[in-house]
Amino acid sequence: MGKEYPPTIEVIEICLLAGKIMLQGGAETYRVEDTMTRIAASLGIPHSHSYVTPTGIIFSTDGTEPAKLIRISERSTDLYKVTLVNGVSRRISSGELDGKEALARLKEIESADYTFPVYQQILAASIASGCFLIMFLGSWTDFIPAMIAGGLGFVSFLYVHRVVQIKFFSEFIASLLIGLIAYFFVYSGVGTELDKIIIGSVMPLVPGLLITNAVRDLMAGHLVSGLSKGAEAFLTAFAIGAGIALVFTF
Amino acid sequence: MFLLTHMITSFIASAGFGVLFNAPKKSLLKCGFVGMVGWFVYIWLVNWQYDAVISSLIAAFTIAVISQIFAKMYKTPIIIFSVAGIIPLVPGGIAYDAMRNFVENDYNTAIQLAAKAFMISGAIAVGLVISEVINQMIRKVQFKSRI
Repeated sequence: MGKEYPPTIEVIEICLLAGKIMLQGGAETYRVEDTMTRIAASLGIPHSHSYVTPTGIIFSTDGTEPAKLIRISERSTDLYKVTLVNGVSRRISSGELDGKEALARLKEIESADYTFPVYQQILAASIASGCFLIMFLGSWTDFIPAMIAGGLGFVSFLYVHRVVQIKFFSEFIASLLIGLIAYFFVYSGVGTELDKIIIGSVMPLVPGLLITNAVRDLMAGHLVSGLSKGAEAFLTAFAIGAGIALVFTF
Repeated sequence: MFLLTHMITSFIASAGFGVLFNAPKKSLLKCGFVGMVGWFVYIWLVNWQYDAVISSLIAAFTIAVISQIFAKMYKTPIIIFSVAGIIPLVPGGIAYDAMRNFVENDYNTAIQLAAKAFMISGAIAVGLVISEVINQMIRKVQFKSRI
């Protein structure tokens, strides 16, 4: 061989950082484990064990180094970072990147902010809401009300979440607002079908990624992560449902 | 005309979700494409009076297959494409109806709708699983034939 491998402690650091970024970006648990094991193997540690749950990662190598644990407290959806880390892992496997370069690149990815500007996100949410209305067989007259309700709901979700760090509360407020706006539109005669407007504008909040991930994790045998992600998805759905339901009780 | 409207709106909606999930800019159009094909299969089958559960299953399977092909072609994680494609199929409308009936104390209808929503989410999951199983089988067979 004759190839020089970085010290074990550095490999552990690279693996944990890669795993952390991917998990925070919303990757499936089994993919995170797979990536970490692959990186370790290509950096000279063929036998490593990782245990990944949505809230923390434990990583250990078969050696004298102790196992390390990191806690994941904040999770959002950032598929771009997942893709970037995936690319780094591929380049490590093919030998293009050595340990030091990989660590530097991962640190760069971690601190950078690649998200779309907020106004673009809001625009995307409101256009998607309008389109969902049409897909759910709504009439074109409700297109604009659904866009406004969906957009404002998403804005309130973003800003309430910034103030109160409880995801379910911000989802509850957002869906409550959507329900009220939709009711207002129908009441004032601008919109026609209350149900369709609400369904369309609630879609940007629906936990689609979580549900897909939960299923994929369960399938891959990660029962703990699958169930906990399923529980999170259920709570989100419940928060949205409760917000809408509150409007109907008036 | 009906199908064309659905294709355009589902394309835009899925691409919009790509933006919300911060998918790479290059893959936004592909996200839209995956979502469009999935929704097209679903709405076409529903239009032919097929049950929503069966239609969701077939649509989810189609989405998973296309996502796998795209993931291989562009060397990106499969999740980027499958998530954007699955979103339109999620039974949000039925779940909403169920919730509404619960609130209005009509528990009989509510339970029926909730069971329906559950069945559809199960069908989506099974559609994803089947495609994954087939993919793994193909990989195993290729591996064996190489030895």
